[in-house]
Amino acid sequence: MTEGHDSGKRGWPLWEVFVRPRRGLAHQHVGSLHAPDAAMALRNARDVYTRRGEGVSIWVVPSSAIMANSPDEKDPFFDPAQDKVYRHPTFYDVPEGAKQL
Amino acid sequence: MSGVRTLPPLAAYALALGDDALILAQRLGEWVAHAPQIEEDVALANIALDLLGQARTLLSYAGEIEQAGRDEDDLAYLRDDRDFRNVQLVEIPNGDFAVTIARQLVFSAYQYELYTALLGSGDATLAGLAGKAVKEVAYHRDHAVQWVLRLGDGTELSHARMQAGLDQVWPYTEELFDPASQLPGIAADPATLRPAWERYVTSVLSEAKLDKPEPRWRSRGGRDGLHTEHLGHLLSEMQHLHRTHPGATW
Repeated sequence: MTEGHDSGKRGWPLWEVFVRPRRGLAHQHVGSLHAPDAAMALRNARDVYTRRGEGVSIWVVPSSAIMANSPDEKDPFFDPAQDKVYRHPTFYDVPEGAKQL
Repeated sequence: MSGVRTLPPLAAYALALGDDALILAQRLGEWVAHAPQIEEDVALANIALDLLGQARTLLSYAGEIEQAGRDEDDLAYLRDDRDFRNVQLVEIPNGDFAVTIARQLVFSAYQYELYTALLGSGDATLAGLAGKAVKEVAYHRDHAVQWVLRLGDGTELSHARMQAGLDQVWPYTEELFDPASQLPGIAADPATLRPAWERYVTSVLSEAKLDKPEPRWRSRGGRDGLHTEHLGHLLSEMQHLHRTHPGATW
């Protein structure tokens, strides 16, 4: 039954849980949990993360499927964006009559 | 506290169903901090709280009909074991995880048929409760099925333990379908719930490669206040605080 994500010798693999709130447009990461397989992960997510009516849709993803940047790459990844104020859409006059941009 | 033998039939019926839910909620609560994983702690606690909610509605309603001034707390915390009307299935000890799951499969599948039947009850309170509870119980049943399939059709060890869990629980199943008070159009006749329950449970067991046990004895009498020795111990824990500090509130 196990789908073999980082299960190791003991314990269950880790899953990341994404929940779409009632009025939300996108699923948001809410946390992680252990489960033996995807079907059980979905049920555990329901019990752990939506029991106060937080959501209307759940995704679970094996944590091992997530590719994350390394902390060592933090500077080259993110620093260059710090001084490019012109990338923010704050230099435009909103045309008259436009309700939103 | 007077016994419940004098209760009006509808109050007795509500009390019986409420006691089933209350006692099983208490049993499932014992798993908190003891389940195989913290996720399972939360799952079993959620199921327990759903059952507790059903019990509150049913016990309050029983007290209302009885018109003797007993509320849900009086009924839950101030009755002795002989006045409880639950089937023995819900009071037996949790055993290992497989015993708990076997009991949950049997009981949730039964409650699913029960509440489905009560959707059409002529009693507005019972029908209203059923509308809410049937969705809760559908999830409880699914939770049990997921585990029965994984344990039954898992490893040699998990299969053996799941089968042992079923064998331990099965003598208590028959009692669920014993005749209850006759309230045509209001109560669900337990015997009519049996065929759909049987079909459902049989198909789950066969998919899980488990044998349906054929016990050589069966429990009797929970609805008449005859219980196993385990109920008294459960009640002493459940009722201790309320009996020590009567009327205490948060």
